[in-house]
Amino acid sequence: MAVLDRSLASSSPGEAVRLPVASRLHDWVVTADHKKLGLMYIASGLVFFLVAGVMASMMRIQLAFPQNDFLGPNTFNRLMTMHGTTMVFFVGMPMFFGFANYLVPLQIGARDLAFPRLNAFGFWMFLFGGLLLYFSAIGSEGLYGAGSTPDVGWFAYAPLTSRTFSRGNATDYWILGILLSSVGSTATAINLVTTVATMRCPGMTLRRMPLFVWILWVDAILVLFVLSPLTAAQVMLLFDRFLGAHFFDTQAGGSAVLWQHFFWFFGHPEVYVLILPAFAIASEVIPVFSRKPLFGYPIMVAATICIGMISMSVWVHHMFVVGLEPGANTFFAASTMAIAVPTGIKIFNWLGTMWGGRIRFRVPMLWCTAFLVEFVLAGLTGVILATVPIDWQLSDSYFVVAHFHFVLIGGLLFNIFAAIYYWFPKATGRMLDEGLGRKHFFWFVLGFNLTFLPMHVPGLLGMPRRIYTYMPGRGWDAWNLVVTAGVAVQAVGILFFLWNVISSLRGGEPAGDDPWDAWTLEWATTSPPPEYNFEEIPTVRSRRPLWDLKHPEDPDWRWE
Amino acid sequence: MNPGSPVHAIPDMFSPVSAPAEAIRQLWWLLGGISGAILLIVGGVVWWCATRFRALPGEDREPPQVYGSNQIEFAWTIVPVLIVFVLFLATARTIYDVQAMAPPADALEVTLVGHQWWWEIRYPGLGVVTANELHVPASVPGAKRPTFLTLESADVIHSFWVPQLAGKTDVVPARRNRTWVEPTETGTFLGQCAEFCGTQHANMLLRVVVDSPGDFAAWVEAQKRPAVADPLVAAGRAVFESTSCVNCHTVAGTGAKGTFGPDLTHLMSRTTIASGAADNVHAQLRAWIVDPHAIKPGALMPAMKLPDDQVDAVTAYLSTLR
Repeated sequence: MAVLDRSLASSSPGEAVRLPVASRLHDWVVTADHKKLGLMYIASGLVFFLVAGVMASMMRIQLAFPQNDFLGPNTFNRLMTMHGTTMVFFVGMPMFFGFANYLVPLQIGARDLAFPRLNAFGFWMFLFGGLLLYFSAIGSEGLYGAGSTPDVGWFAYAPLTSRTFSRGNATDYWILGILLSSVGSTATAINLVTTVATMRCPGMTLRRMPLFVWILWVDAILVLFVLSPLTAAQVMLLFDRFLGAHFFDTQAGGSAVLWQHFFWFFGHPEVYVLILPAFAIASEVIPVFSRKPLFGYPIMVAATICIGMISMSVWVHHMFVVGLEPGANTFFAASTMAIAVPTGIKIFNWLGTMWGGRIRFRVPMLWCTAFLVEFVLAGLTGVILATVPIDWQLSDSYFVVAHFHFVLIGGLLFNIFAAIYYWFPKATGRMLDEGLGRKHFFWFVLGFNLTFLPMHVPGLLGMPRRIYTYMPGRGWDAWNLVVTAGVAVQAVGILFFLWNVISSLRGGEPAGDDPWDAWTLEWATTSPPPEYNFEEIPTVRSRRPLWDLKHPEDPDWRWE
Repeated sequence: MNPGSPVHAIPDMFSPVSAPAEAIRQLWWLLGGISGAILLIVGGVVWWCATRFRALPGEDREPPQVYGSNQIEFAWTIVPVLIVFVLFLATARTIYDVQAMAPPADALEVTLVGHQWWWEIRYPGLGVVTANELHVPASVPGAKRPTFLTLESADVIHSFWVPQLAGKTDVVPARRNRTWVEPTETGTFLGQCAEFCGTQHANMLLRVVVDSPGDFAAWVEAQKRPAVADPLVAAGRAVFESTSCVNCHTVAGTGAKGTFGPDLTHLMSRTTIASGAADNVHAQLRAWIVDPHAIKPGALMPAMKLPDDQVDAVTAYLSTLR
């Protein structure tokens, strides 16, 4: 337990010798350190997030008024496709891999992932996949004129992607950019699965593993199962486009519905791939700030595994309007509603954790508390959409857009913000500013609700998604204007966030090793941790090794 | 066009006038009610926790460490399971009510073909072909008559959605989907393509005109007649028939037999052009012929670059096609 001895002095930030910029840059490029790769994942995810956020804002300006002329149809369709593709593959995924990379080895008391070089490979495949996608803006039409980013929507339904309807190479960039990054994601997922299986420190049985690690482990396994169907479908689409195959070519006997099965067999579990890290973060932050252990740990593990498994049997709920048999629709309504149960159990357990605690509402906890409310609403609109006949009305309408933004912003992004505020001190040695953090929280949550609560309504009034313009007088005008106004409010929040990160990196309050009085192993080492993480590999006897250390009179292991 | 029929401007799923849409609205109230109650309860618990269990300043004693409770876990597992089970039963019943409905013998059969970016409408039993404005009879007491639609696509996936009449059904190439409506009120109901289908997805609008049974019969008779041949616009007709208009458009009774674009035989019986992107008035029609892309950028109809006098003549000719 020597390494847990907190008398080991932490190095204060800025103490290390400053190398020249070129050397430091070189260091980041050649690194195989899980912490540096994790930070690079998160940083590139944030950059892609800002780019895709600007795209969303441009679309919202176009839709603020009926028959607006800010964007033409082609530009709008490209922005819409790039926004969705970027947010899913180049923001959500790197956030998962970033936090998993940085924290899993630290939380299980390991020195790195199982395959550090494979880890670096995974990151660079992801990054260059993203850059290739964006290169389409100048490269896709070759010599013949202006480039075109993909414009077939992020789920790229056949046969719109066939050569007949999608000329040029934009769709090929969409395929190849995602294909490359999927190779990286698969590599990193293998790495994570192996690491958790084999590299836990002495004493850390599966029953003592932090729930954060458990959830990300299930998530990595899920990635392995679901990315391959997407990759296979994309290769088939490439065959269609270049080799004259007819998998999805409806003019030659191919099937448009086949693509949807492939895509959503990936696409729906992908939603859980994205949201599980949010659950992992909430399961870490809520106990620490409530000053209580997580309520119902074994049930939470079981619920996570249930979600992982059921998530692979719900994909047809994206296809209720395709015209499948009533029996198929009924089955997938049942499976989709079933997944609400383990998700609900998680919500209840987080509430059970807060109940009877002494809750400290620091910024990470603010985000997690807001998440609980927003995510319940997201889940309920999800059950509404699982009700097949209602989905016949609301599928592909703005109600769906509002629903999944509640999932991915109110669910995922809120928790990513929580995680950034929570672990920033560990990664940099400096605290993020509390006051700016509260401003960020206030403006962003306000803007989010102003944008996405009203967005449900035009969907209920018959407004389909993915339209670049609409006729006046349908009852949609005022709602769309409010939605667009909300985006501006969110942007204010984001500016506070960026300012906070930049100013705190330079002059934030020094954090110390364990600023939150937390319980998992990453807080036992210095902030930032040394390259080898722990001087001596720790030994644990319970789920909360640092609680045991701080409370020798009442250690957790006595209750196990 | 029946002047007595109001246009329902807001395609609102809460104002259904047809059986499938009405079934969905009923289900909505069940789901909305239960969801609202759950949201209030959970939100209330969060609020309670946040106020009741907030740490007071200076209070740094740790609270009692509680690890869980199997009884409580069991309770909050079983309650959601029961709720979900009830919702599932209601869902399954409505699915079968709508999807398993067999067409009665006197049902009107219509084939709707999605094109980039307009709707071709065929009445196989009646020999009528039109575009973008679907006429169906109201199903009134004494003359109940649902309309069954066969959905086909000429190119990519589209989706048929008129919220006040029925939920949407995709229009998938190489596949024949079926859906049905049974409107009980006359009027014009708005809908539009609901599956992204390319550049002009946004302007692939659809109107459904529900006529009284008598009006519908009269409309069918009018549509079955060949195009009027007005000698006053012979010049425009000559231009129309001698340019490539005829490659894509049909005007029954003339040499124009194209099928890539909408049938124009009774163009003036429709209230809109360009699949609802513009009103069917002289100025808009002329502007459309001059340059469709000014109204609907990316539309597949090319600008024909006709001299002004020919544009005037063609517009005059088309304006006679009642």
